[in-house]
Amino acid sequence: MADTHSTVAEHSEPDHTAHSPHLRHHFDDMAQQFDSATLGMWVFLLTEIMFFGGMFGAYTVYRAMYPEAFASSSQYMNPLYGAMNTAVLIVSSLTMALAVRASRLGEQKALQLFLILTMIFGLAFLVIKGFEYHEHWVDNKVPLFGGHWDYSEAPQFARQAQILFCFYFFMTGFHALHMVVGLGLMTTIFMMARRGTFSPSYFTPVEVSGLYWHFVDIVWIFLFPLLYLIGRTKKLI
Amino acid sequence: MHSIPSVRTYVIIWATLTVMTFVTYYVAQIELGAWNIVVALLIAFFKMMLVILFFMNVKADSPLTKLFAGAGFFWLILLLGQFFIDYLTRTWMPEGTMW
Repeated sequence: MADTHSTVAEHSEPDHTAHSPHLRHHFDDMAQQFDSATLGMWVFLLTEIMFFGGMFGAYTVYRAMYPEAFASSSQYMNPLYGAMNTAVLIVSSLTMALAVRASRLGEQKALQLFLILTMIFGLAFLVIKGFEYHEHWVDNKVPLFGGHWDYSEAPQFARQAQILFCFYFFMTGFHALHMVVGLGLMTTIFMMARRGTFSPSYFTPVEVSGLYWHFVDIVWIFLFPLLYLIGRTKKLI
Repeated sequence: MHSIPSVRTYVIIWATLTVMTFVTYYVAQIELGAWNIVVALLIAFFKMMLVILFFMNVKADSPLTKLFAGAGFFWLILLLGQFFIDYLTRTWMPEGTMW
């Protein structure tokens, strides 16, 4: 950095041709680097769409096979928890979008504030989910763990409802895992933001982490009606 | 890179998403038969599009990124389509029918 060549270049040329310290040598300019990073993140998200898509597909097949058993589970799902978590995640997506906006405008304080808010809402989601899992555990609605499965209220559905609850725990579990990863990302981004890494010319990590965060929100947008809002119109048990 | 959306836009999108969450919650309690799931998925799809276009700002992304995002859904439709062509049509033929 201290050699004469770079100092001359930085001082004698207008801003847009000066090399940002964040520009990798294989990119022409920051805009191209940003577009490539965004595209790369989308490619990763496509693999995530396939990952969750497989589970949604399998869920649909079994739900079509055993519609009544799946609907009977509604007695043990609390849609208020589900709705609360949907609302919490949507707010976290808003604060994330605002964090990206702040980073693009170079508003460091606002960026850090919105990142912290995003993490708080993300944590709130996991806490609510934890309470919910605890209720299922107490209700004996956890299949695969010997002593914690009891469906004697509707014995005719006992075996088939286990399938639904397996899907429930796998899908919400993998979603929660993605939330944990997202919180890790947010912590990293927050530390970078504190160090003053981001500026209006370099905010790519904030942007791509935001893409990930919104994707996890979208998965929940589909999980909520599919797992919590089935069979709410009729009493099957 | 591209223009920065206003705070107002983001707040309107957030409000719409929250309202749609309430709508889907209450519509689920109304007996619509087979339409319950259709309405629920349409609302979820609408919410997803809002998140993708505005929060993820794909609206302003490069055409290549738009193409990739669209390709994701194309492949998802292929995946789910093949799934359902098999499983959801197995009972269409009487049992024991040779094909």
